[in-house]
Amino acid sequence: MSKISRRKLITAGAATAGLSGLAVVAGVASRHGLVPPDHGGLYGPGETLTYGFHRLLTRHSMAREFAASEISKTPFANGAPPQEEAFKRLQAGGFADWKLAVDGMVARPGSFSVADLKRYPASSQITHLACEEGWSYIAQWTGVPLHHVLNAVGAHANARYVVYFSFQKDWWDSIDMADALHPQTLIAHGMNGSELPAEFGGPLRLRVPRQLGYKNVKYITRLTVTDSMKPFGKGLGSASPEGGYAWYAGI
Amino acid sequence: MGERRHSALVRVTHWVTTLCFFALLVTGIEIVISHPRFYWGEQGNINTTPLFKIPIPASRESVPTGYGYVLPDQNGWSRYLHFQSAWALVLTGVLYFAYGVMAGHFRRNLFAGAFSWREVTSVLRRHLCFQRADSEEPGSYNALQRLTYLVVIFVLFPLVIWTGLAMSPAVVSAWPVLVTTLGGQQSARTIHFFVSISLFMFLVVHVAMIVFLGFTNRMRGMITGRTGTRLEDA
Repeated sequence: MSKISRRKLITAGAATAGLSGLAVVAGVASRHGLVPPDHGGLYGPGETLTYGFHRLLTRHSMAREFAASEISKTPFANGAPPQEEAFKRLQAGGFADWKLAVDGMVARPGSFSVADLKRYPASSQITHLACEEGWSYIAQWTGVPLHHVLNAVGAHANARYVVYFSFQKDWWDSIDMADALHPQTLIAHGMNGSELPAEFGGPLRLRVPRQLGYKNVKYITRLTVTDSMKPFGKGLGSASPEGGYAWYAGI
Repeated sequence: MGERRHSALVRVTHWVTTLCFFALLVTGIEIVISHPRFYWGEQGNINTTPLFKIPIPASRESVPTGYGYVLPDQNGWSRYLHFQSAWALVLTGVLYFAYGVMAGHFRRNLFAGAFSWREVTSVLRRHLCFQRADSEEPGSYNALQRLTYLVVIFVLFPLVIWTGLAMSPAVVSAWPVLVTTLGGQQSARTIHFFVSISLFMFLVVHVAMIVFLGFTNRMRGMITGRTGTRLEDA
């Protein structure tokens, strides 16, 4: 065997071993929920590294909480409430007819009014909300922890994501069960001691304090519990990757 | 064959870092364009008085810039590429650091010889008068070069990574000290900006020195690992 062909053989062997090793790692990572729905494409490797490492190292960590004195006197709403007549009618009625539907992999699909949700034990947190653009504010958020609602409807043990939809049709997103069951993830209905103002997402906004602002979708109307993101939109996890932004926004 | 200049690992990590730094710089500028205002402390938004503003138009309608138009939004892919390049840079940095310690690259080339501030100032004075050294030892770095590389490798790069991580809500939920020691999330963003500018200034001077002192030979050194027989004959 000549020197060159031996070298080729070793290179080919190493490449095969490397690739099959990578395939094994990818399989294990996927089974342990370390691969995000938008793992394909040019930026998939970086996104997968970030999400995988965050899930290994920060799964149970608690978002920083602040003192009441640190609450921003000038929070920024970033946009006006929906201008549709339907929304204005609901708002005029004090959102008494607002409904949050819960379906998918749950034992008891149902629909909750804001009053129904307020009957659950409320949880409050003073946390930081940062937009991916660079600005931020600190506010007190009050709401029902999402895991209470998931328990109430009997979410299936094999569920992997909770998908949430907004009254604003272009906005829908999802979080994995690590965030969905996290004690600080709220269906928020209050802000700074009052009702959640409509420009900040009232009557109901999903609050995920360990992720950037855009995951905190306003005006939520429906939650769907699922074990796969494939049936939703382009299967990338949310509207964000379809618009060019990462699904996971813990950064 | 000329004189041995840079080892294969230094050359490969140098060019991977160059590529990553270029991607981080361009995408970093794009990200800043979406909110060209900087704050100090934990929080800041358009309702807050900024520490300073960059006088450019923004890619978001909500930012009052005084310009009558909004730039196209390039933030999505810029963020994807920024973080992917950051990963590549950090992994390359880990490899370079391990090599630097274990193969003696740091000791041999960067911590080598006696260091004196007098030498630093004399080299600096020479540069400012655009004089070349008449007896510069070709294969080694002078005190000013060593000091600059040490600051870039051990201060600026670690600081830019730290301040970057300090902006991540998930990372600081696990390690709050990363952001509290900097004075808050907005302070981290502001420091990240200034450290990036320092790294960019290093790049400008680094490239300028290579052009002034013999571009071909130095590029050859960093690509093939060897220089010509005499350093300045290129």
